[in-house]
Amino acid sequence: MSSFLLQRLMQALLLLLIVSMIGFAILHLAPGGPMSQFAAGGDMSQEDLDRIAEQLGLNRALPVQYAEWLWRMLSGDWGVSYRDQQPVLHIIAGHLGPTLELMLTSTLLAMFIGAWIGIFGAVNRYSLFDGIATIGTMIALSIPTFWFGLVVIYVFSVGLGWLPSGNRFTIGDGSFLNRLHHLIGPCVVLALVSTAVWSRYMRSSMLDVINQDFVRTARAKGVPERRILMTHVLRNALLPMITITGLHVPSLLSGALVTETVFTWPGMGRLFLDSISYRDYPVVMGILMFTAVMVLLGSLLADLLYGVADPRISGSR
Amino acid sequence: MTKNSDGRSGSTSSLALPMPAIHRRDMLALGAGGLLAASGFSGARAQTKAAPPPPSKPTGQVVVGLSQEPVAFNPLMPGIEVDETVWMQIFNTMWLAQPDGSLVADLAAEIPSEANGGISDGGLAWKVKLREGVTWHDGTPFTAEDVKYTLELINAPGFKARTRVGHALVRDIKVSGPLEISWRMEKAYAPYLALLSNTFIVPKHLLEKAADPNTAPYNAAPVGTGPFKWGTRTPGDNIQLVANDKYHGKGPYLERAVLKYVPDQTALYAQFRTGQVDLIIGTGIPANFYAEAVKLPGRKVMKIPSASLEILMPNLEHPVLKDKAVRQALYASINKQAIIDIIYYGTHTPTESFAPQESWAYNPKLPKQQYDLAKANKILDDAGWKRSGSGTRMKDGVPLTFAVSTTTGAALREQAQQLMMQDWQQVGVKMTINNMPAAVIWGDFYTRSKFDSLVVGTAFRTVIDPDPAHRFGSDAIPAKSGNGANQMQWQNAEADALMKEGQTTFDQEKRKAIYFKLQELVREELPILPIFQYAPIEGYKEGLIGFVPNVNARQNTWNMGSWYWAR
Repeated sequence: MSSFLLQRLMQALLLLLIVSMIGFAILHLAPGGPMSQFAAGGDMSQEDLDRIAEQLGLNRALPVQYAEWLWRMLSGDWGVSYRDQQPVLHIIAGHLGPTLELMLTSTLLAMFIGAWIGIFGAVNRYSLFDGIATIGTMIALSIPTFWFGLVVIYVFSVGLGWLPSGNRFTIGDGSFLNRLHHLIGPCVVLALVSTAVWSRYMRSSMLDVINQDFVRTARAKGVPERRILMTHVLRNALLPMITITGLHVPSLLSGALVTETVFTWPGMGRLFLDSISYRDYPVVMGILMFTAVMVLLGSLLADLLYGVADPRISGSR
Repeated sequence: MTKNSDGRSGSTSSLALPMPAIHRRDMLALGAGGLLAASGFSGARAQTKAAPPPPSKPTGQVVVGLSQEPVAFNPLMPGIEVDETVWMQIFNTMWLAQPDGSLVADLAAEIPSEANGGISDGGLAWKVKLREGVTWHDGTPFTAEDVKYTLELINAPGFKARTRVGHALVRDIKVSGPLEISWRMEKAYAPYLALLSNTFIVPKHLLEKAADPNTAPYNAAPVGTGPFKWGTRTPGDNIQLVANDKYHGKGPYLERAVLKYVPDQTALYAQFRTGQVDLIIGTGIPANFYAEAVKLPGRKVMKIPSASLEILMPNLEHPVLKDKAVRQALYASINKQAIIDIIYYGTHTPTESFAPQESWAYNPKLPKQQYDLAKANKILDDAGWKRSGSGTRMKDGVPLTFAVSTTTGAALREQAQQLMMQDWQQVGVKMTINNMPAAVIWGDFYTRSKFDSLVVGTAFRTVIDPDPAHRFGSDAIPAKSGNGANQMQWQNAEADALMKEGQTTFDQEKRKAIYFKLQELVREELPILPIFQYAPIEGYKEGLIGFVPNVNARQNTWNMGSWYWAR
């Protein structure tokens, strides 16, 4: 087990290095740069712009900039944002809370509802419920999130006045109920799509197991249908879901670009979008590395959990 | 003064605003002035009816909605207009520009002039007396040492100063008393008075302790002399400021001011409608919502004067666009009225000048542009641009073709481009469209004049001073001298002489005559093709007293200290 961990760790470090190189190169080679936001106004002279670019170190050769960045990163210094002069880690930490709050709620909601729709659909395959669920899933998957978000705001905030039209809480309030009220809109929008995804995974996973020999044997033995479903089918069908959950971990922390923008949710997705459009290189690199670490950790976690849940696998290592 | 430049539009472009369908026939059917929207700045007037008195102590809060996020809090470091919403509350300048353009002393006791002896020796010697009884938010008294420190910090070699324009000329700063400061200028430079109206004074006693002022913790929690004190910041969401009860000026009457960042303009407007934000300022309400917004109950929505111009910026080193006749023909065949009325929902004001129409230096007698395709054709015929078989004109083997670039995703600008393209096609000009994302177009492409032409929202003055030397001077071409912001690469000896005279003249009447002449010259030579002066749409909740638009402030939170709620 420990050699497995060590091997995975080495792989992960190599991968992170490659990711950082490619990310750094693409980011810096893309046309444009952080000085554009100042130049557009026309009230800063070229002398000022050139001086600031020099002070930011933008004029040095790309490999030199990368080496410097990597060296600082290895010593734990993630750099300072060009935009607000704050340490990158500090900025990322400030946006993690809101993202986690939104993504965790919507994912749990989606997993719960999605799993039940999937189980029900699989057990009653080709029933009316299964048909409606399948069509509903397809529709949910096809709806663009930003459009659905705007519709929710238009109907429930502007039209009916039931929900706030965005934000994490009312400034000056911030009570639990107030936060919950603000969470409903973006949570439902995000959950809609992922419910559809989870229900499809669950349904096909269930169907895979339902048609296995041991299920037929259990039926033949006269085990009650309810027990077959709960102990034989569901337990096995949940195994692949662990992998999917593990792969879902990074998205819990990297946020939802569109939903966070529409609902003015100050999370990681919006930070990423803003940082890209201002070419705030240190922050973009920071988010990239953070997400890469989360992806690696997520899949590692899934592998480990899989071993715990399925004795056959842990034995083979 | 570029409330409308698209430099930071990236975050607002993720959702395209609905586009009106524009049909060519509609354009042609437009009579002269047929769709002239009612204009005029009703906001300031609407407030003049007897307002209730302000509360005796700071009460309540205001939530200001912004579509860009303020992120730079040291007012001497690089930042853009939206950052000034914070600076204006935390800090003060020595004097402040009013809506009518006049200056009112703030940290200074009076405005230096040749008349009161504050400016002497032909503009080379400056002396300023400062106001008594001003304290920093931490209780330390404000003195002339703070002003000296501020001016020196701007010029300090390692400091990431936002701009050294004007400041670089300052020499021999002397503090002759706790509240008296003097310095000399390397050369006479009249716009410096205006530049100082936008130079926020920072505290020496806090910043000099920092190992590096560029990264000082102070920059994330600034201390100033202004009506509001720094409260808290939730990055990506809001900044809360609290009343400074020891403020030396009027107010503050609000207990708390919240600057709320809503990254999408449509979402921001929705929050204004539902009442989650009390005001929209800065980039304002999208033009397509204007008609609806003015009818909102309980909201006051108005057009706000802005010094920003929407222009076509030609590159005068381009083989086709360097020809004055071409520029004149292009100008004559832009359907300005259609662009303003149909594409921009009638919200902006046509203009002929580089100076804002509210400025004392604005020349109202410039020739009016007429949309006249026959005239454009004649100008090109006379200049020897002959039509070729493809319909595109040629002269000396050079086809009359060029590209127009602007920010990708600026939907209304893209429509204006298409309209220009159609009109110019009719006079034998082949225009192509070459749009790019904001972070790309406003980089070297713009600053090093790599474009053929641009559609851009920008301003041609020095803070509130009419001096446009850094935009029009032949020594201010970044692609040539690495200096200035004359991206058009305009070189004109007469204009240079006029601008030099304007910079060294301190008498306003004499300067007025100089800038009138300069505007005539620019209108004739067309180094820029002015389309309109921006009038962005801002709005606030009824019951808010004290909101006054100010064309001479970078943001209309300039007087937030004197805002309060009617009750």
